[in-house]
Amino acid sequence: MDLLINLAIILGKSLLLLVALLVMIAYLLYADRKIWAAVQLRRGPNVVGPWGLLQSFADLLKFVLKEPVIPAGANKGLFLLAPLITCTLALSAWAVIPVSAGWAIAEINVGILYIFAISSLGVYGVIIGGWASNSKYPFLGALRSAAQMVSYEVSIGFVIITVLLCVGSLNLTAIVTAQETRGLAHMIGLPWLTFLNWFWLPLFPMFVVFFISALAETNRPPFDLPEAESELVAGYMVEYASTPYLLFMLGEYVAIVTMCALTTILFLGGWTAPIALPPFTWVPGVVWFVLKLCFVFFMFAMVKAFVPRYRYDQLMRLGWKVFLPISLACVVIVAAVLQVMGWVP
Amino acid sequence: MTQTLPNLLNDYLPLGIFIAVSGVIGLALLIAPFAVAFKSPDPEKLSAYECGFNAFDDARMKFDVRFYLVAILFIIFDLEVAFLFPWAVAYGDLGWAGFWSMMVFLGVLTIGFVYEWKKGALEWD
Repeated sequence: MDLLINLAIILGKSLLLLVALLVMIAYLLYADRKIWAAVQLRRGPNVVGPWGLLQSFADLLKFVLKEPVIPAGANKGLFLLAPLITCTLALSAWAVIPVSAGWAIAEINVGILYIFAISSLGVYGVIIGGWASNSKYPFLGALRSAAQMVSYEVSIGFVIITVLLCVGSLNLTAIVTAQETRGLAHMIGLPWLTFLNWFWLPLFPMFVVFFISALAETNRPPFDLPEAESELVAGYMVEYASTPYLLFMLGEYVAIVTMCALTTILFLGGWTAPIALPPFTWVPGVVWFVLKLCFVFFMFAMVKAFVPRYRYDQLMRLGWKVFLPISLACVVIVAAVLQVMGWVP
Repeated sequence: MTQTLPNLLNDYLPLGIFIAVSGVIGLALLIAPFAVAFKSPDPEKLSAYECGFNAFDDARMKFDVRFYLVAILFIIFDLEVAFLFPWAVAYGDLGWAGFWSMMVFLGVLTIGFVYEWKKGALEWD
């Protein structure tokens, strides 16, 4: 009986988080389009609902009512499996993300490793989708996409290692509390200036590398080569229509929001208030978390609006010849500094 | 730090349930248009997309070996990262001995990386 009640509670919490997440993504998508439009002096979506606020929901309805096309030459099972994998994996990462103190669905002590593993698996959706379509553009797009995602995975891994060196735990809650209890603010004797404690300041180069790698990892502009409308039409998604396409797109946006959440947790102090004084401390942690997440997403959206697309060779050069050596060197430097200064946790 | 089985279950059961719920949401979305949407397939619509003409040959063609090289490089470096994870967590207990032994490991890998670089495995023209 106890077990059943527990199961029901977990199920309810999972549903609540997923629904909240999906609604948030609907509005982040809307915000993305609005910001992009504003930069280009356009109006953006403004017809469905007041100021176009219901645009994403109209899109959802439209996708569901569209004819699902499965190409005759495709491997049907794999063709439909690929978007499902992409979307499910992207959503799964949220099981361990603490949106406020103790609010994670699963408080496991290998949280960051789990997210790292799940985001690595995301490549499977892309490569299966591209191969199963049995068409040239998706195949080439999938190859490029897979190579791009794995390339930046490596530097993301090294950045996570540097943060772990400063924390000494794989638990995401521990990573947030570590940014609360020690750091620059304590050293200069003003412990209430929490935002100086957060890792973005001491690990600033890593913060930048992580942000740019996150753009590449989630196929966002300026690294949206898998899509590259001008040459590969829409990359690995060319043959997809209706909700299979929607699932790919949803998976992509969930991955983006996950990366924003991860940036918040690793570098911006998660749910903690920027200044540990009232009235800032009266605001619930989840609000701070969402605010920081939206701030990071805003940066994602602005980059999309400002920066021209990279060429493929430039992309690979940046990943392997710039970010990899820099992040590897930073692991060594951070480890050495921690040991020399005796700051090892 | 040994955990008993019920504890482990308590930690990981929510994870399984969450993945299942997200899978169900994805599946529901995937099936929905097959149930409700209007369908009128015809051979042209179902043929592979190729800018307006019929496909010349099989889509599963030969591809550049560099993609393969990138995959191999990824395996090496991702394993390295996986190896660094436990080291980073236990770094506090390891001290200078832990630092130098990892430096030797990273040094060996860096030599390999420099070799790759010089050989031109990272060039995309």
